[in-house]
Amino acid sequence: MAASKNNEGDGNAADPQGDEPIPIMQQLLDNPFLLLALGIAVPTIFYIVWGIIEITQIPIAE
Amino acid sequence: MATIMSFRTCPTTGLRVERSAERLIKANAVIAVVFLAIGGLFGLLVALTRWPAVHFLPADWFYLALTAHGIDVLLVWIIFFEMAVLYFASAVLLNSRIALPWLAWTGFGLMLVGAITVNVAVLQGQSTVMFTSYVPMMASQSFYLGIILFAVGALCGCVVFFGTLVVARRERTYQGSIPLVTFGALTAAIIAVFTIASGAIILVPTWLWSLGIVNHIDPIVYKTIWWGMGHSSQQINVSAHVAVWYAIAAMVFGAKPISEKVSRMAFLMYILFLQLASAHHMLVEPGFSAEWKIFNTSYAMYLAVLGSMVHGMTVPGSIEAAQRRRGYTKGFFEWLRKAPWGNPAFSGMFMSLVFFGFIGGISGVVMGTEQINLIMHNTLYVPGHFHGTVVAGTTLAFMAITYLLVPLIFRRELRMKKLAQWQPYVFGIGVAGISLFMMGAGTLGVSRRHWDMTFADAQLPFDYPAAAFMMMGLNGLFAVLAAVGGVMFIVVVVGSVFFGRKLADDEKPAYPPAPPTATVAQYGSEPEMRIPGTTLLVGVFFIAFVLYYFVNWKYLSEVWPLS
Repeated sequence: MAASKNNEGDGNAADPQGDEPIPIMQQLLDNPFLLLALGIAVPTIFYIVWGIIEITQIPIAE
Repeated sequence: MATIMSFRTCPTTGLRVERSAERLIKANAVIAVVFLAIGGLFGLLVALTRWPAVHFLPADWFYLALTAHGIDVLLVWIIFFEMAVLYFASAVLLNSRIALPWLAWTGFGLMLVGAITVNVAVLQGQSTVMFTSYVPMMASQSFYLGIILFAVGALCGCVVFFGTLVVARRERTYQGSIPLVTFGALTAAIIAVFTIASGAIILVPTWLWSLGIVNHIDPIVYKTIWWGMGHSSQQINVSAHVAVWYAIAAMVFGAKPISEKVSRMAFLMYILFLQLASAHHMLVEPGFSAEWKIFNTSYAMYLAVLGSMVHGMTVPGSIEAAQRRRGYTKGFFEWLRKAPWGNPAFSGMFMSLVFFGFIGGISGVVMGTEQINLIMHNTLYVPGHFHGTVVAGTTLAFMAITYLLVPLIFRRELRMKKLAQWQPYVFGIGVAGISLFMMGAGTLGVSRRHWDMTFADAQLPFDYPAAAFMMMGLNGLFAVLAAVGGVMFIVVVVGSVFFGRKLADDEKPAYPPAPPTATVAQYGSEPEMRIPGTTLLVGVFFIAFVLYYFVNWKYLSEVWPLS
């Protein structure tokens, strides 16, 4: 297979067959659905939900 | 259910390309270029109208053309091309079949129907509401419906991308981690899902409002959530074009990232924080607290900017390392002087990187600062900034990789090579000029989205400084140059795809030359870490960044003297 091989010996390869445990950060980066959840949750909480809460606290003119 | 698949092996890269994925890439790329042509034409009409000496269109046509220009280039051209990038980065780079091809074609159909629907709605003249379509301005219901159909189609494309990642892992078509270009595309897809969800949350009720089913849409709620879509859609572009930079560096030079881990962390910064920059559109809204504004546009956004600066160093750094490996080791810049400047894939990509960083990037940070945002909010500075990011950055990068995709995916020999060699320079310089002169005019106070900067029929006369008129004239000239560059691109691509010589199955394209390895589909870092030329360039960037940032504080102090 010509493609998608890890670089052997560069210390960066994520070889599931290797003896060394995969670092937790690499496990995160290798999990697309966890990244998807984070990528939706962070802006939803900090931008949209917090923003809408601020809007609801604007006093209504009488 | 048995699935019939057919693969071919690319004679240049050795990658296995599934025919079904290849057809999807071709279809999305072709339609993208069609809408680039349409949107670009509207853009030229807008620029000619804002050129005071020409003032080409009447007011109603100006606003109609501006609406169509925004929709066609900011959404349609770029997202169709991004679908091609997603399918290339998943199925092709992972040696995999594409998941759910029927869903991918359904998505393509929905996007096409949506794009045509929204264009017809705008051209009928009842939907001149600009790209932002702020309520209480109401467009025809088909305008909102068209955007919703387009977004649902794009969501189908994202589902297919994630499905292909699952298929590739399950069928073990790659080992270990996905390559960096695919990780960049994953970042774009994640941001796309948030973007589309935000669009659905606000545009579905707005469509119902246009049908008379919903009574009221709150303008500030609309504006907040709409920018969750409107600005984040441009962050899809950033992620996708950075992935394209890495892809071109790998395909032209055989370059590997300086550190795959650091580059992936930079993409993680995008996933977590890039969408928060949407808040800079709300910086002058009185209803939001300073905490919300500053957290979203400064603290969090700076982490995303940090990601961009990492990419801005590692992409040229990886090219420098690859060139030094080939023996270009003299001084700081032999690697850059002897780079293939006649290869449009490289020249386009490198200009995209420089213009995105120096023009789009620095101006984005300036606009994201609450205090100095006040001197350019809603002026022409804003389109100046995003022409630096989306056109000089994304569009130029997408044009650059197209020169590689025509022979590799369309299997056609590139025609009109001289024209192709000049095209990135003509388009790039044109767009850089547009960005800089719009930003200059914006700094002088010229408002965006305004038909007549002379205010000829206003009750209270107002005169912009003469320098502002000069800036708008120069903007018009450079817009013509960019339009010439756009036409050159379309002539070369359409001429090559439809009339170029068909390459034999085992024939390697002679032009643009590519190294005979599939580095683009590999995980791993460059062993060479000595990159003095890139370090010097990054130093120049930081000095420019700091100077420009503080120059704007000085402008602010002059606008609003406190002593």
